[in-house]
Amino acid sequence: MIENHLSLLLVALPLLAAPIVAVLPNGRLPWALSTLVSWSVCYLAAWQLINVSSGQVISYELGGWAPPWGIEYRIDAANALVALIVSGIAALTLPYALKSVIKEIPHQQHALFYAAFMLCLTGLLGIAQTGDIFNLFVFLEISSLSSYALISLGKQRQALTAAYQYLIMGTIGATFFIIGVGLLYAMTGTLNMADLAQRLPELYEHRTIHTAFAFIMVGFALKLALFPLHLWLPNAYTYAPTVVTIFLAATATKVAVYVMLRMVFTVFGFSFIENTPTDELFLLLCVTAILSMSFYAIYQKDSKRLLAYSSVAQIAYMMLGIGLGSVLGVTATLVHLFNHALMKGALFMAIGALIYRVGSSRLEHFSGLGKQMPWTFAAIVIGGLSLIGVPGTAGFISKWYLVLAAIEQQHWLIVGVILMGSLLAVAYVWKIIEVLYFNATDEREQQNTAVKEAPLMMLIPMWVLVLANIYFGFNTELTVGTAEQAVKLLMPGAN
Amino acid sequence: MDMILGHYNYWMVIIIMMAGFYTVISRGNLVKKIVGLNIFQVSVFLLYISIGNVKGGATPIIEKGVDLYSNPLPHVLILTAIVVGVATTALGLALVVRIKEAYGTIEEDDIHNQDQSL
Repeated sequence: MIENHLSLLLVALPLLAAPIVAVLPNGRLPWALSTLVSWSVCYLAAWQLINVSSGQVISYELGGWAPPWGIEYRIDAANALVALIVSGIAALTLPYALKSVIKEIPHQQHALFYAAFMLCLTGLLGIAQTGDIFNLFVFLEISSLSSYALISLGKQRQALTAAYQYLIMGTIGATFFIIGVGLLYAMTGTLNMADLAQRLPELYEHRTIHTAFAFIMVGFALKLALFPLHLWLPNAYTYAPTVVTIFLAATATKVAVYVMLRMVFTVFGFSFIENTPTDELFLLLCVTAILSMSFYAIYQKDSKRLLAYSSVAQIAYMMLGIGLGSVLGVTATLVHLFNHALMKGALFMAIGALIYRVGSSRLEHFSGLGKQMPWTFAAIVIGGLSLIGVPGTAGFISKWYLVLAAIEQQHWLIVGVILMGSLLAVAYVWKIIEVLYFNATDEREQQNTAVKEAPLMMLIPMWVLVLANIYFGFNTELTVGTAEQAVKLLMPGAN
Repeated sequence: MDMILGHYNYWMVIIIMMAGFYTVISRGNLVKKIVGLNIFQVSVFLLYISIGNVKGGATPIIEKGVDLYSNPLPHVLILTAIVVGVATTALGLALVVRIKEAYGTIEEDDIHNQDQSL
């Protein structure tokens, strides 16, 4: 019974939980219910991934209406992997949230905060599950609207302007996307992705299809913060409450990258993309993004902003895989999708623990904390190594596949840029470590207020992610295995 | 002439779309930006409604003796998009109210200057 409706439950559970959480009395109850829901959703997502891991495709007809008329949830390895990332990160972020939210968000807003969080989870899972492009737009807006609200809850007043800026840019992106969807519908008469994929090839030459493609690509490039459309991201990540930053950094942009994959490979097909300058453009933008954004990250004075710029660079690695358009490249994209969620999740959680103790995210306030908070410091070191791509961490695996993909097509410049990006990552990760470990604690010691290690409720989720970073650096069965299955379905003719 | 009159709706869509988009980009007043965003979204509603029209088609209500109907699906889709647009506007205006409370102004340049001077 549950198994038949697995795909729907994944979206329906958090959606139903949201209004219930909203009316619960402020206190621990909203948190407890959200955590419970996120754990059940994570369990369901893992179950779903097992069901599709050997290449099956689940087609779920919403309300019993057969596709292409009804909305279809079409689950293959790619969807299931993304759904697992989203729900897994939510399941880890929520236990962490308890203490952090008490400190950062006024008491009377707790229930509403968790309700918005549940809505955001609904939206992101919905995008991952659905096989209907208009339904995708609806879920996109559910997740976006709730994330604007979540970002605006940050303590500093800049959070408001950051949320406003994101609202304007995000809405333009989403509107571009529906313009594209409308044009596609006008040409093909269908909104179902699998159906579109069948009807589009004969219309490849048509100008409307090219226009639709351009609108959809630009719309989602805004959403996933592809350089140079990333301007909303650094502010949003810097001023949002810590928990929101962790969750959005690890999931929201990943889901947008997944949609890009779906659009490029399933809906339009790579043979269409190859005849447009899109793939070259992606490569050019990504190369620029990796270099410039990593440089930007080095010069940041705020730890969250530093990691935000690093995120823009890391997103460019994922898009690089799509731009290369080979089996290896797309595998690298999917693997990096998963691994980057792990490393940025761990790093933002560790930074969040520092903020919890010090009350600021500026690097200068972190000096010497490494000795007082050894576990948090160790988490930053390992997360940082993974971000750089040191062998033995998850980050190495994705970089390895990406480099292989670039070598395969003899793009030596891109190989150089990937390696250069890693060197720059060494520089900005070192900047955090230097402040934490090698800078003197003079100011605080004078005031004689020693900082304690972060509470256990924060350390445990953080270390689960840190250990996952190491585990997936050695055991690649889940990540690479699933990614390879997904690529087989995304690019049927390729191997 | 047919190019303009035959595609009258679509020309209007493009004009409204660009007017809205330009307002969002060029105006420094946060409320005017939201208004621009609204106009931008409205053009998409028009686009969808125009797509749904079938030449000579009747209103999509089943009736004896009528064989050709306009396509109702885009209209239903755009109902959803209108709801999304209302929600976005409401949230955007709520943010503007909060920004006004925090900064005492809703002019982008003033807000920027205040943040810089900190």
